[in-house]
Amino acid sequence: MPDAIEDIEVQLLLEALFQRYHYDFRHYARASIKRRLTQARTQLGVPTISALQDRVLHDPSMLPRLLDFLTVQVSEMFRDPSYYKALREKVLPHLSTYPSLKVWIAGCSNGEEVYSLAILFKEEGLYDRTIFYATDINPEALAAAEAGAYSVDRIRKFTESHQRSGGKSSLSDHYSAAYGRAVFDKGLRSRVVFSDHSLVTDAVFAEMHLISCRNVLIYFDRPLQDRAIGLFRDSLTRKGFLGLGSKESLRFSTHAPAFADFAPEDKIYQRREP
Amino acid sequence: MTGERHKAILIGASAGAVQALLAILPALPASFPLPILVVVHIPPDRDNMLVPLLQSKCRITVKEAEDKEPIEGGVIYFAPSDYHLLVETDRSLALSTDEPMNFSRPSIDVLFESAADAFGAGLVGVILTGANHDGAQGLRTVQAVGGVAIVQDRAEAYATAMPDAALQACPSAHTMTIAAITTYLTRLGAA
Repeated sequence: MPDAIEDIEVQLLLEALFQRYHYDFRHYARASIKRRLTQARTQLGVPTISALQDRVLHDPSMLPRLLDFLTVQVSEMFRDPSYYKALREKVLPHLSTYPSLKVWIAGCSNGEEVYSLAILFKEEGLYDRTIFYATDINPEALAAAEAGAYSVDRIRKFTESHQRSGGKSSLSDHYSAAYGRAVFDKGLRSRVVFSDHSLVTDAVFAEMHLISCRNVLIYFDRPLQDRAIGLFRDSLTRKGFLGLGSKESLRFSTHAPAFADFAPEDKIYQRREP
Repeated sequence: MTGERHKAILIGASAGAVQALLAILPALPASFPLPILVVVHIPPDRDNMLVPLLQSKCRITVKEAEDKEPIEGGVIYFAPSDYHLLVETDRSLALSTDEPMNFSRPSIDVLFESAADAFGAGLVGVILTGANHDGAQGLRTVQAVGGVAIVQDRAEAYATAMPDAALQACPSAHTMTIAAITTYLTRLGAA
């Protein structure tokens, strides 16, 4: 292989991150990680990935910067409108039969999905009886999610997708725009708990009625995908729902038998009776 | 040319891709032994209609790439719309929603560079018609690791910016017409 040395360096850096800071990227899909580390190396102006390792080992202030490269996941509000439409039309009618609800947004990144779900639950009258758990491993992403401020350039796309998801309100009812930022209403996060949680190392979260984890598993290798899906299985109430990204599936997972296809087109699964 | 030497074919195309791919891919024989990985720029909100269209016309399997799928010979894998397609070193496929590269997701550069990393020598990279610069760096990487670089002849390209950028990045790439590319690939498979 032409870049065998760089592969060794990537492996060693990931090991170092784990031993020094307990961030475990060792079972992340390697091609993306390597691409991001190469970008980090260039943008941080270090000659090699080994040099990057040296810096992050000895300088904890480098960690957040490196985490930003390693965990950046570009997300949009109401990405794949048909997913939100399926939640609205097929899943929420089931959930409305419960007096109280718990929803876990696993790998919430900068929070676009959190606000999408909060708006959806408001529109369907379920918000006030729901607690949302929004988790990520990147503290800066969690802070951004909590702030709920996005560039106004992105709002047009968000608005379009919201409408295509069957939105009953106007997206502009939910934010105020100032200085090029759209800041989402505090009322949308009054029932959101933002929390640090790792699908790689942490345990079952709570008894959830819905887990939405979109475009996170694609960054994991097969064994780690399996661990995460096992965690979801054990975190769901019986007949609870799991929503994945539109190109993700449980097909290759050993835990597949624990789930039934609920809305296969939109990758929504339902936990079978144990 | 033997199957030993050649491991996979990479194709990148943008504006004008449909006509170009309809000329090349259906011509390949049912026995074609190599995997073909394709990135075409399509609007993110749309399903890739090229896949069903080519499925109905090709003699080898055409499918949308799935995450963690092992790469097999005689299959044409298309990057899904709005996802990057990457090759892992164990020669399986991976998807990602990382930022667009060159305003494109999927990006030709991302596929070509990760494939060069995973396969090393033995790749054939083909850049077809398109109105942007995506694929130029990727093709250069393919060539740098010992692969063959092919660029569609600009005289017959629907949009010339992409072939031009690719040639500028890889001046020694072979320039070929669609007919010549089709013959070249068919022969690769027959060897």
